[in-house]
Amino acid sequence: MAAPVAAPKTNRIGLALVDYKGGKTTLCAGCGHNAISERILEAYFDLGVSPDRVAKFSGIGCSSKSPAYFMSRSHSFNALHGRMPSVATGALLANKELRAIGVSGDGDTASIGVGQFVHLMRRNLPMVYVIENNGVYGLTKGQFSATADPGSTLKTGAVNELPAVDTCALAVQLGATFVGRSFSGDKKQLSAMLRAAIVHRGIALIDVISPCVTFNDHEGSTKSYSYLKEHDEPLQDLLFVPAYEDITVEYDPGSTIDVTLHDGSRLRLKKLEEGYDPRDRATAVARLLKAAEEGAVLTGVFYLDAKAQDFLSALGTVDGPLATLPESRVRPPPSALEAVVDSLR
Amino acid sequence: MDANDFSLQVATANGSGSQSSNTVLLRALFQMGIPVSGKNLFPSNIAGLPTWYTIRVSKDGYVARKKEVDLLVAMNPETAREDVASLAPGAVVVFDAPLALQSERGDLIYYPVAFDKIVEPIGNDAKLRKLLKNMAYVGVVARLLGIDMAEVERAVARVFGKKVKALELNLQAARAGHEYAKGIEKRDRLAVERMEANRGKIIVDGNTAAALGALFAGVTVVTWYPITPSSSLVETLIHYLQKLRREPDGKATYAVVQAEDELAAVGMVLGAGWAGARAMTSTSGPGISLMAEFAGLGYYAEVPAVIFDVQRVGPSTGLPTRTAQGDVISTAFLSHGDTAHPLLFPGSVEECFAMAGDAFDLAERFQTPVFVLSDLDLGMNNWMAEPFRYPERPLDRGKVLGAEDLERLGGFARYRDSDGDGIGWRTLPGTGHPKAGYFTRGTGHDENALYSEKGDVFESNLARIHRKIGGMRAALPAPEVQGDGKARVGIIAYGSSDPALRESRDQLRRERGLATDYLRVRGWPFARAVADFVAAHDRVYVVEQNRDGQLAALLKLDLEPSLLTRLRAVAHITGLPLDARSVTDEILAQEGP
Repeated sequence: MAAPVAAPKTNRIGLALVDYKGGKTTLCAGCGHNAISERILEAYFDLGVSPDRVAKFSGIGCSSKSPAYFMSRSHSFNALHGRMPSVATGALLANKELRAIGVSGDGDTASIGVGQFVHLMRRNLPMVYVIENNGVYGLTKGQFSATADPGSTLKTGAVNELPAVDTCALAVQLGATFVGRSFSGDKKQLSAMLRAAIVHRGIALIDVISPCVTFNDHEGSTKSYSYLKEHDEPLQDLLFVPAYEDITVEYDPGSTIDVTLHDGSRLRLKKLEEGYDPRDRATAVARLLKAAEEGAVLTGVFYLDAKAQDFLSALGTVDGPLATLPESRVRPPPSALEAVVDSLR
Repeated sequence: MDANDFSLQVATANGSGSQSSNTVLLRALFQMGIPVSGKNLFPSNIAGLPTWYTIRVSKDGYVARKKEVDLLVAMNPETAREDVASLAPGAVVVFDAPLALQSERGDLIYYPVAFDKIVEPIGNDAKLRKLLKNMAYVGVVARLLGIDMAEVERAVARVFGKKVKALELNLQAARAGHEYAKGIEKRDRLAVERMEANRGKIIVDGNTAAALGALFAGVTVVTWYPITPSSSLVETLIHYLQKLRREPDGKATYAVVQAEDELAAVGMVLGAGWAGARAMTSTSGPGISLMAEFAGLGYYAEVPAVIFDVQRVGPSTGLPTRTAQGDVISTAFLSHGDTAHPLLFPGSVEECFAMAGDAFDLAERFQTPVFVLSDLDLGMNNWMAEPFRYPERPLDRGKVLGAEDLERLGGFARYRDSDGDGIGWRTLPGTGHPKAGYFTRGTGHDENALYSEKGDVFESNLARIHRKIGGMRAALPAPEVQGDGKARVGIIAYGSSDPALRESRDQLRRERGLATDYLRVRGWPFARAVADFVAAHDRVYVVEQNRDGQLAALLKLDLEPSLLTRLRAVAHITGLPLDARSVTDEILAQEGP
């Protein structure tokens, strides 16, 4: 082993971490979302993705404010409540070279936005989709969201009677190609998952349980810091190995799965649970349903297909962005119009 | 009655192949050089419900629907008696003999035709015979009116194209109908004669024209959700994009996405417009209602977008297959808060083509959603038209800063009015410069695009956007004025009402000696010339295909109070394409004796 060296001040493309910073957060102190913002910007920094190639998208809510708090150099579009998927889709249609990340919340995704969420997943659009999931509406002061677990309570004592929408199980069923769940307090797992999601070419859904310290961190909540500490059940230990690094530790195929991602990076999943294979859709859904019945917060990468064709590749468009094609390539010549006109005579 | 001046209405059941037959009739007349127009009056149904097709033949070149039907072809037992009852005395009825309509009224000219007998030798299957009966009436009508059978056969060949068997059967049916009609003793005066009025002209519907306009305007992102009467706009666009916008290696210079609903369709357009694409969607009234929240975002976050609204009859689901101009106010102010969206009103298929191009230039120049208000009559019916003119101007991509500009300027403020026109400079994601990024949001923001809840910042930003949109008065297609400007009576109309207005003005002059000036609005916010036109006339009739006088309501916002009382409403909301007679009668009634 080489002797430890001081952390580099710059990444592979010569940028410092400060070049990935955003504005000052206006969310509550201790909000899980702030930790997620930090993990996101670190991931882009570590991977050496230039912020001016990244486009950030969000809907409406506490979570959707957070793109303002990381990577100010990137373009960002804070859209409508529940409608971020369509805006992100449009932007990527215009420019397929953008590295897109969407940040949403549980209300924004699982209630008002569930329609667009469903279609984004089934289209397998190449982008990262982070749900900052705290089970409540924060900006409107603490109403249940559709991801609140049955039997969980509000601070007022009100009990949620309805089943929770499991966005991960839904996404797996719909054909999403990277589906995972993490916890805002699990720095190691979330960091590895985000890195893999960023290099994945397809939709990468990460549902991050992100406790709301103001409205949903009490006893009776299943999205509180203390509940997560007791009920977080990781499926795997995750290790992300970027394409430009070698894996130095050998692995045992019986206990570890290595998945090679789009750019040659690898995600190493060291199985903590016997027999779980994140390449099998049916297993993933069954395991998530079982966890929900047990009141466990299952985390890890539930499903990953690194080879499926993504939506933009399937469109068969020319290389490079459509948005900036010159007039000569988007306006056919007069002879083309004459031929059409002749056919209408 | 003179030759080449009558209307013909065919009554059939939906899904019985009559659309092909009617297209053949229309084309045969067109090929004979006679001005002609066709209107499909169809139900919201796949098969079985009654449908009518009206063809107008006019030596004078009038192409609006004619209110009176001169020749009825009654093929549908369900509506035959009602159809006959609605005719004016002296009208001609060609009908399927078993309907025995001749006993209905004594003041009509009847030609019973044994259609079953005509097609019996051609087809042996009941379903096929039903289709062939409809082609047989083409032959009968051709014989009765003197339509050249060679032109009919040319038209049949065109409609059925390479479908050899269908072509042969239909030719046989048309010929058999023609042969049969030789035995009919003609007792009416309806006839056609060759003219030379259509030289160089094409036949096309407005949705096709708009699709081609968008294609030649360099559209790159198209999103849609199926809805009548807009679907064919995008379907036709896809057809032509596949032909004309693939590079030699087969790769496309466009992307089309069928969205999950109209909210997503317009959301994608905004995302694409924000990222620099020429992006469009096409819809009708119910889709417009769903797009409201995004329209406000596009207005306030200043994102280019082009939205075609092929209007149908509302409110609610309304009459989904009938025409109207009922979305003027809802599109103009779509969404909550203070908004105003530029509207374009194409009045012909030529303008559907041209204004599609204008819409993209305006959207990018003014960084705002632009609505093109077509309608079912314009969009789905076939019209004679001059060949489309290849765009003369290069694409106007608006104010976009690239990496070199940013290097030179050292940065930019997205919403600063640096040029005095209210339009800021923007950058596109992926520009590849550290100063290019900015934060787009529907929340309050300052000129640097930073979040702000300050009242004065919000107010001045909204005032700038208002100035920006106000600047479009001079940039939108200018109104078109007909008349010498000396008449005391003015008429204002727009969109598909234009053909009826051209004819109505002639009727007013001929029947009452009433001279009129006519202004056709082509865009909103209105050019100053529109208010000036009102000021220059004693009375101004605003003719609209809606109940409430929606365009007049917008006009009142621009007028001096003293001019308001000059406006008179002529409203038409039956779902039928506007006809000149209804307009003339209403104006004369309001003018008084």
